[in-house]
Amino acid sequence: MTEQKTEQHWPLWEVFIRSKNGLSHRHAGSLHATDATMALQAARDVYTRRGEGLSIWVVPSNAITASDPTDKDVMFEPSESKIYRHPTFYDIPDEVGHM
Amino acid sequence: MYTQALNVKDEPAAAGDPVLEARFQAHVDAELKIEPNDWMPEGYRKTLTRQISQHAHSEIVGMLPEGNWITRAPTLRRKAALLAKVQDEGGHGLYLYSAAETLGTSREQMFEQLLSGKAKYSSIFNYPTLTWADIGAIGWLVDGAAIMNQIPLCRCSYGPYARAMIRICKEESFHQRQGYEIMMTLARGTPEQKAMAQDALNRWWWPSVMMFGPSDSDSQHSDQTMRWKIKRFSNDDLRQKFIDATVPQGHFIGLEFPDKDLKFNEETKHWDFGEIDWTEFKRVIAGDGPCNKQRMKQRRAAHDNGRWVREAALAYAEKRRNREAAAKIAAE
Repeated sequence: MTEQKTEQHWPLWEVFIRSKNGLSHRHAGSLHATDATMALQAARDVYTRRGEGLSIWVVPSNAITASDPTDKDVMFEPSESKIYRHPTFYDIPDEVGHM
Repeated sequence: MYTQALNVKDEPAAAGDPVLEARFQAHVDAELKIEPNDWMPEGYRKTLTRQISQHAHSEIVGMLPEGNWITRAPTLRRKAALLAKVQDEGGHGLYLYSAAETLGTSREQMFEQLLSGKAKYSSIFNYPTLTWADIGAIGWLVDGAAIMNQIPLCRCSYGPYARAMIRICKEESFHQRQGYEIMMTLARGTPEQKAMAQDALNRWWWPSVMMFGPSDSDSQHSDQTMRWKIKRFSNDDLRQKFIDATVPQGHFIGLEFPDKDLKFNEETKHWDFGEIDWTEFKRVIAGDGPCNKQRMKQRRAAHDNGRWVREAALAYAEKRRNREAAAKIAAE
């Protein structure tokens, strides 16, 4: 138990992988590593054992600023209520054809 | 490779906020996922933390019985495949520890729970791997049972767990096929090799069947985990599915199952099977299986012997940071 207190923990990293050119990097998971070089190597071993990626980003988890899920109603309400932002809001006669 | 349903008792429903709880349940009922920072009942958090960490521990302890045969694999092809499989198990442990960490328990805390014996892991790994055929039987039966258990978990209501399970299930399929191929090769080999495959099946069959956990009639579980959509099928349903899928595979390679009551039921279209020895199951879970002590001893030794590596990696990262900072100052 004393060891638990004295042993310092490795920081957490988030891993993003581009599966092929033309696609954006996507969150694959997380891992612990002491620095960026180690995080990259571990991400390669852990998340790309079967051709899952061509490029990896690793980001210290504590460097990510996230929106608060409890605020999501307030935060995203404006995008819900403005239906005129969608193409289907506008009536165009069928005769005009595809637009 | 997965743990069985250990069917721990449900957390007592703490007096939570009824409005938030109703909203949470409605969200789950609508098949929407719960993500790490969403509000969740304390019981949900505790149940999931325990289930995911036990699952992670099982992956890590599961590396031991198989690792036992890496240096003695009969060919280079078998050795490469086994090495890749054991590496996958380590990876699965990591995905799962990461998923559990999103619920607010650190990996170190979970390690401590495993090493102190407080946390459980799948009882199947407390059986020994006596011959090479056991590696085949583990892949075919243990990973096969794991897949049955894990596929419904890909739809679990907790997002990070479901995502980890999707990755794991994809990889698990290779494990089962490589195991069955080992069994098939032995079963079609010399009489001695076939006997070895049969012996492995005899020893691994019942423990594999037990991986699905206690019978539904004997379960201490209420349907809370079903209501939370953590669990989707009952232990007995999954067990029956596993037996139905596995028995014809064994017969195909000319092996017999160690169950005299195993018989295809024309009416139900399922395989009827004999009585499960639950006293053995309870004994192994409680820590008195053939290898419980050995597994924990090895796991603790690995943790202790790895301490200098963990410390050295931190010291090295620190040294590099300081050096870079000094170089920056010198350049200015």
